[in-house]
Amino acid sequence: MTLQLAANVVVLACIYALVSVGYVLVYRVSRVLNLAHGELMMAGAYFLVGSSGLFNHDPVIGIGMAVLMGLLMGIVVYLALMRWMTGKSVLAAVLVTIALGILLRGLVVLVFTAQQFYPAAALGWNNAPVPLPGGVRVSMASATLVVITIAIYIALFLFLRFTRIGIQMRAAGQNPLLAAQRGIRLHAIYAFAWGLSTFTASIAGILLALDSGVDGQMATIGLKAFPAALVGGLDSFIGACIGALIVATAEIAAIQYVNPLLSDVVPFVVLLIVLAVRPWGLFGSREQLDRV
Amino acid sequence: MSGLSAKQRGNGWKWLLAAIGVVIVFAIPFVARPFLLDLANQVLLACIGALALMLLTGLAGQISLGTAGLLAAGAYCVGILSHNFNAPFWIILPAAGCLGALLGFVFGLPSLRLRGLYLAISTLGLHFIVVYLGGEYETRQQLSTGVMVDPPAIGSWSLASNRGWYFTFLAFAALTLFIVFNLKRSRTGRAWRVLCEREVVASAIGIDVQRMKLLAFVISSTILAVAGALFAYQRNFVSIDAFSLYLTIQYVAMIIIGGMGTIEGALLGAAFVVLLPYAIEGAASHLPARLSSFVFALNYAAFGLVMIFFLLFEPTGLVGIIRRIVRRRRRPDVPLHPAGSNEH
Repeated sequence: MTLQLAANVVVLACIYALVSVGYVLVYRVSRVLNLAHGELMMAGAYFLVGSSGLFNHDPVIGIGMAVLMGLLMGIVVYLALMRWMTGKSVLAAVLVTIALGILLRGLVVLVFTAQQFYPAAALGWNNAPVPLPGGVRVSMASATLVVITIAIYIALFLFLRFTRIGIQMRAAGQNPLLAAQRGIRLHAIYAFAWGLSTFTASIAGILLALDSGVDGQMATIGLKAFPAALVGGLDSFIGACIGALIVATAEIAAIQYVNPLLSDVVPFVVLLIVLAVRPWGLFGSREQLDRV
Repeated sequence: MSGLSAKQRGNGWKWLLAAIGVVIVFAIPFVARPFLLDLANQVLLACIGALALMLLTGLAGQISLGTAGLLAAGAYCVGILSHNFNAPFWIILPAAGCLGALLGFVFGLPSLRLRGLYLAISTLGLHFIVVYLGGEYETRQQLSTGVMVDPPAIGSWSLASNRGWYFTFLAFAALTLFIVFNLKRSRTGRAWRVLCEREVVASAIGIDVQRMKLLAFVISSTILAVAGALFAYQRNFVSIDAFSLYLTIQYVAMIIIGGMGTIEGALLGAAFVVLLPYAIEGAASHLPARLSSFVFALNYAAFGLVMIFFLLFEPTGLVGIIRRIVRRRRRPDVPLHPAGSNEH
């Protein structure tokens, strides 16, 4: 029982961590808070719904296409919308992302109708529970999600530390002016950061869709992952991980021991506590607060 | 800004327009069909909320995403007090106002430490808490759909007709307009404007920043809670489903689409956002069946597009567009700006 709870916490924490990494990426590089992240994640899941019906229901090509679309989606969003918000107030940029979120919520229903989809079935993949030691069971998709989350965090760490583009991204985040002076193409870097962000979001959306289907409600998960990013500090990847763990633990504990209705509210309670005590988050850099 | 001289010249016209406006406003409930009257009611209610939010965000510069939470608090005040305590409306409305003031204080507390985005997010958190408490109340009372509310009554007379509600909303909207208009021109309003521009300057010239911030939150939230209470009374029904995040975004959109920081903007924006879905519904009958069968999704998509359009191309909102047209009429020698460009 306790072990099963712990497993649930780990799975939920990985969901939040995988989603909140996108918030952190965009915020850290371009100082924009993307409140459409949940909807972009949902759009990624719907890409899978679209692609799972094509290509003879081949899972590899289907998922690959959906992930690629997810990557392109972020670049398109940046080039079409967010690029024009450079130099405008922070609030205006956030409101554009909120508007984008609403637009996406409408569009997915217009394109895919409001019914719930199960792309796992369309791809002929049965999501069997994986027995783990101690009588713990998690679904195959959840187990995959945990592994992929860890892999993505490690890959991102290596990417930002050792590759040329990764270093340029960090530079752009730290000081855009100096970065531009050194010949870093800011728009390209920002567009790439958005692409990476929706790429990870789409992976999260796809895995969640494979696990339990997708409908218009999926975007809520994105919103609940946001406290995780903020608790850890909006510009810290380690923070996002630990924030996700804290929020997930609090949420599962509240559902288990207090009231299942609390599930939607607990992340935000945690967020309010952190905002009151340590507004820049556990690992965030303190100067950020003055910028916003 | 050349608006000042234009204002002085246009005073005669302004009075005439105002007189026509007043006549129309009073004629609506007697000539309009029930459907249109209901629309007018919705617009008036939205005007109250939009003015309250404009006061907070447009004047005092405090970003809040808690609008729906505050409306819900007012509505639940009606639901709980009339369902469990059978309280009459003349107790409930002031109670809703007090609850709003209290919540405004609570919603405003983060503003003492946080600015901009972080403030918006903390109010968002409070929104979820209010909504949770509302849902929890519904479950505890075993009300699966929501709380039924009797219309406000004095003796045997009760306020149930749409026409009665029209004048009620009109009175409350006028009162709100009066409050906001006067606050804007008062010492408090000027202090808010400094606060909005630069907090450091505000404190340097002796404005009590913390007090002013909290005051803005308290006044705005009181109005919003009363508006929520009126909403509950008019619908005779309170359900937490009515107070989603989408409602908050609609109110934020009102003050953006109308034009940030202006009273006319809040009113125009309220009318625009309320009427847009009906315009879309009307247009949807001409669209392919696939699109028209999901009118709500069409609404979402159109609403998102309109909001993006205004944020990207027309940050001064409808008021900015109107001002530009008026100015162009007055001074034809001014070179025309290409459509969609913003003036600063």
